[in-house]
Amino acid sequence: MANDPIIRLRGVTKTYGSGPTAFQALKGVDLEIERGDFVAVMGPSGSGKSTTMNILGCLDVPTSGEFRFHGHHVERLDRDQRALLRRKYLGFVFQGFNLLSRTTALENVELPLLYRGEDRQTRHASGLAALDKVGLKPWWDHTPAELSGGQQQRVAIARAIVTNPDVLLADEPTGNLDSERSIEIMELLTDLNRNSGITVLMVTHEADMAAFARTIVHFKDGLVESIEKGARS
Amino acid sequence: MLGTTVTLAFRAIMRHKLRSFLTTLGIIIGVAAVITMTTLGNGATAAVREQISSLGANILQLRPGQGFGRGGGGPRPPDFKPEDVTAIAQQITGVRAVAPQAQSSGQAIYEGNNWNTTVNGTTASYFEAQQWALESGRLFMPEEEEAGKPVCIIGGTLRRNLFRQEDPVGKRFRIKGVSCQVIGLLATRGQGGFGQDQDDVVVMPIKFVQRRFTGNRDIGLIMVAVDDAYETATVQASLEDLMRERRRIKPGDADNFNVFDTKQISDTLTGTTTILTQIVGAVAAISLLVGGIGIMNIMLVSVTERTREIGIRLAIGAVANEVLLQFLVEAVVLSCLGGLIGMFLALIASIAIAPLMQVPFIFDWQINLLAVVFSAAIGVIFGYFPARRAASLNPIDALRHE
Ligand SMILES: Nc1ncnc2c1ncn2[C@@H]1O[C@H](COP(=O)(O)OP(=O)(O)OP(=O)(O)O)[C@@H](O)[C@H]1O
Ligand SMILES: [Mg+2]
Repeated sequence: MANDPIIRLRGVTKTYGSGPTAFQALKGVDLEIERGDFVAVMGPSGSGKSTTMNILGCLDVPTSGEFRFHGHHVERLDRDQRALLRRKYLGFVFQGFNLLSRTTALENVELPLLYRGEDRQTRHASGLAALDKVGLKPWWDHTPAELSGGQQQRVAIARAIVTNPDVLLADEPTGNLDSERSIEIMELLTDLNRNSGITVLMVTHEADMAAFARTIVHFKDGLVESIEKGARS
Repeated sequence: MLGTTVTLAFRAIMRHKLRSFLTTLGIIIGVAAVITMTTLGNGATAAVREQISSLGANILQLRPGQGFGRGGGGPRPPDFKPEDVTAIAQQITGVRAVAPQAQSSGQAIYEGNNWNTTVNGTTASYFEAQQWALESGRLFMPEEEEAGKPVCIIGGTLRRNLFRQEDPVGKRFRIKGVSCQVIGLLATRGQGGFGQDQDDVVVMPIKFVQRRFTGNRDIGLIMVAVDDAYETATVQASLEDLMRERRRIKPGDADNFNVFDTKQISDTLTGTTTILTQIVGAVAAISLLVGGIGIMNIMLVSVTERTREIGIRLAIGAVANEVLLQFLVEAVVLSCLGGLIGMFLALIASIAIAPLMQVPFIFDWQINLLAVVFSAAIGVIFGYFPARRAASLNPIDALRHE
């Protein structure tokens, strides 16, 4: 079991819309991701990277094909069951940070714990620990408006890892950051992957960032074009 | 799950204080209006009832003429005579007391003070009929009534203006140029049912008033108090029969007198104020409804405004019901809060306005409870639709929302 891939896509297609305006964004994707891997997803714009990430993140379902995650047939689950999977096993980092405004860094980080029903003390302790991991413990009571872009993304990462997820999904996490800030984020993700055993899936356009990954998956026209082992594997 | 949701709802409310305040404002005003209006309306009804009961319960007033006025053209119907009073007292069963009244008015003078007042000529039965007690002194003796002695019982207003701080009982003063002795002081009654001051009066034996002031034996009004054990309507009917007979009215002809039941006036007037209270209450209820629509509006707007937030919550792993419940709790908390603040404001407003309107302040917990429960219900109903919309959003679409 331990060597089974944590994620397995078999012939996954995704069609947006219907009738003459229907558009097939994924045309039969096969992909396996091992537990503990650090995967960078690359490819031209419109090749289906975000679509794949949304399916892997259980935010969306494939039109056809099979998606097995943690032994579950995700394509057979309903909305709420998928929400519970996200709550239990997944962490998200978005290009646009997506923090709650007017809300302190700590409260943002505590949010997933609230939905898990953790008590106040546990939330507080785990929230501060997660902020400490991303190096922002002293900034716990700052709102997003009082933080730089890099800091906001680190808060978002803290929020994603506070529940000790199995998989961290990041769609262009460095897309809004300068290269120096981007490298800090990549080092953070690498550290989480190595030392906390979190499987990381990341979409990026930059080869510099992909160089941090162990596996690089190339997308083209809604299909996986090639898979190569990264520099750090 | 409920605890979490309540926490989340309170955080959201505190985070957007202005928005929350504007949301509750409609409910605050609506609830405050409903409670204030009905409280004041109830006070007005009670005030009217109180004033009318001062006319005395179960009293029939017998006057010459038809209805309120003295009739249209034609000869003026004759006043009553002392014999009518005796006949009523002797021939009609169920009468507790009969009192004739002959009225006049004039200037009262005592030392340097003078005051224009009403002179009411009657008998001791007048006080019995109205159950009007004396504050001090005594009533007329039968021999004083019989002889028409210059004795009088005065009301509080006259006493204040004529005697100031002095005790009037035993003193003599002049009324319309005639000297009379004060033997009693009436308990104060305040304003009557039609706004007149019932305490601005001097009551004297009717024979004295007729001899010295009106110059005839006419009686303008007979007050008949009905015994509690008898039906007022029955007594009224036999009273009408007797008077038709005594005034020689042919069968088929209309009465040239009228009998007025004070209870009837009381019922009519309280009925009117009750209807007014209901109308005003209904208008206020509409403003409460408008407040509810305001809540729905703000909730809808805030769902749109908070679409990204909803997306984040859903992505993090909130299930649809949790988002639904959060918005619902927000709406309920806001509208309950609005209801309580509105209730508090209404309390202050009612206590402040009631004295200005000269009505008593009556706290009606049912109205208060109803208004607050209603505002909570508005919160649930109007909070539900936007909340359901929020919860049914697709997380990806919600996140992409700008
Ligand atoms: N909700 C949608 N409705 C219709 N078409 C969509 C939708 N989402 C994506 N698409 C289309 O599907 C295709 C794949 O989109 P996707 O977002 O996966 O691309 P991507 O590889 O992430 O591109 P980028 O690098 O620009 O982010 C695109 O052509 C896009 O226009
Ligand atoms: Mg994309």
